Amino acid sequence: MDSLLSVRNLVTRYETDSATVEAVNDISFDVLPGETLGLVGETGAGKTTTALSILQLLPERTGVIKSGAICYKGEDLLSKSKEEMRLIRGACISMIFQDPMTALNPVLTIGEQIRESLEIHNYDGLSREQLDERVDELLEMVGIRTSRKYDYPHQFSGGMKQRVVIAISLACNPELIIADEPTTALDVTIQAQVLAMMMDLKNRLKTSMIMITHDLGIVAQTCDKVAIMYAGEIVESGTVRDIYLGEKHHPYTVGLFGSIPDLEKETRRLSPIEGIMPDPRNLPTGCKFHPRCAHCTARCEREAPPVYREGSHEIRCHLFAAEDANGN
Amino acid sequence: MKKNAGNPERRRKRNAFINRDTWRRFKKNKASLVGLILFLIFVLFMIFADVIVPYSVAIENNISQRLQPPSAEHWFGTDAFGRDVLARIIHASRYSLLMGIVSVVIGIVCGSVLAAIAGLYGGIADRTIMLIMDTILCIPFMLLALAIVAALGSGLENLLMALVIASVPIYVRVIRSSILTVVESDFVEAARSLGTPDRWIVLKHILPNAIGTIIVQATMSVGTMITWAAALSYVGMGIQPPAPEWGAMLSEGKNYMLQYPYLVIFPGLAIVLCCLSLNLMGDGLRDALDPKLKD
Repeated sequence: MDSLLSVRNLVTRYETDSATVEAVNDISFDVLPGETLGLVGETGAGKTTTALSILQLLPERTGVIKSGAICYKGEDLLSKSKEEMRLIRGACISMIFQDPMTALNPVLTIGEQIRESLEIHNYDGLSREQLDERVDELLEMVGIRTSRKYDYPHQFSGGMKQRVVIAISLACNPELIIADEPTTALDVTIQAQVLAMMMDLKNRLKTSMIMITHDLGIVAQTCDKVAIMYAGEIVESGTVRDIYLGEKHHPYTVGLFGSIPDLEKETRRLSPIEGIMPDPRNLPTGCKFHPRCAHCTARCEREAPPVYREGSHEIRCHLFAAEDANGN
Repeated sequence: MKKNAGNPERRRKRNAFINRDTWRRFKKNKASLVGLILFLIFVLFMIFADVIVPYSVAIENNISQRLQPPSAEHWFGTDAFGRDVLARIIHASRYSLLMGIVSVVIGIVCGSVLAAIAGLYGGIADRTIMLIMDTILCIPFMLLALAIVAALGSGLENLLMALVIASVPIYVRVIRSSILTVVESDFVEAARSLGTPDRWIVLKHILPNAIGTIIVQATMSVGTMITWAAALSYVGMGIQPPAPEWGAMLSEGKNYMLQYPYLVIFPGLAIVLCCLSLNLMGDGLRDALDPKLKD
């Protein structure tokens, strides 16, 4: 199957006068039609930057895509003009933002805000009444009474606002939705509701999705494929089975799983990963994870690790690459 | 027909950012309501000045009646030329209010355009505009206005121009900062992620969110501009006699202040009340228009 979105060797930097932030370093992934890819990692791992690179919404003065290719249905998005990109955003690829509290304009009613994206991409020349009907339809889809379309965002709770945000992102039937931590700002019970609704809609509308999150629980529930990011690199990727049930893991992934409580094991304390993310203005040499890695060797400090493959499962670590080499 | 016609929520105005909620919140603030009423009285005087008392009464000398204290015939007394002070104050409101309002409207429009360019495009445009504005701001307001009037000659238009040039930098600063906060906000980025064209973003997202600040700034500034116009007239750089103007009246009255204090008290009161009414109104508007207080 041809991939809907394919990102190849993407390198994104934030450049200011005083420093260069190496936010995304040479990442590649594919999203097939109808598939959900989970992009997992700590804060600052480059997840959001990846999303903004795809939509080319990086801060104009500082964000630069240095190299790589982003192909949507075989067309290179990086070679598109600003205007062509504008037409793609919302209509083909749309984004759900992290914080619904701030992602809605406080001075417009939610009905108007849903309508707005319909009006922008109204290529079929729908009449006002038809647009109104579509707004009602979208509100029903996300489970909000249509009479509430005249209300302002401040009259909604956080979960309801996120439903509105989702309705807006679905308005033009995009083929790819990038959800940037869509439930982080919500409390746990609402999280489950919103996620279930998102998944239901995604399956009904056959939309592909990139789910950006740091919650491995959400990934297990919703994703088909997972890519784990660390310091702007994908350190491990594979299907959900590979990541959750596979035997070999990148030490960072092991650390991530060690940081969440397990219902079946009796542990007094969680085992978080020691240390903090490296400064992206000054990344370590070799493997980016080596200063925090328990299995660090002299080689890790010098050389960037090659990719170790096992079917769909890919790990970037010297630990397994060595094994691989010996085996062959 | 809309599906839910007849639904009570339908009655709510759909588009207006300044809607009945704004008025409801404004009403709650009694002080600003007083300000509004006071200002409306001034506006009525301005509109109906000719009906209340003919302009000739305010400017024609009547030496036989000079320096009369307040009485039933001349409520606010008469000045050194025998002109009725009340009539002059009423007609002066035309000059003062007009100058205040017109200079602010022109200033705010210019200021908003410059602020929008600076805030949206940033970079070299922002730096150039702000450099010029900051340079103008370095010069004391009064000195700059005086210099402009002195260079161009006194008169209504030149006075207006001086007020506008000297005040635009203040508007640019305030409006730019509120535009910058909106530009950085998530919903503008969200709008971009939906492919919203720039002009829509400016008109539907940025301006409506900054308009509160602009309106409040405008209301407050009218009072300030009236004071500055009066100050310029006081030093003889504004409206020329015999045309009545509050500041000019103060200036004429100051020579007789000790014996005939009403000559300065009444024009002074007019200035104070007018500015007070505008400032009270501005306070109320700020609370009423703040989208964050929309509960």
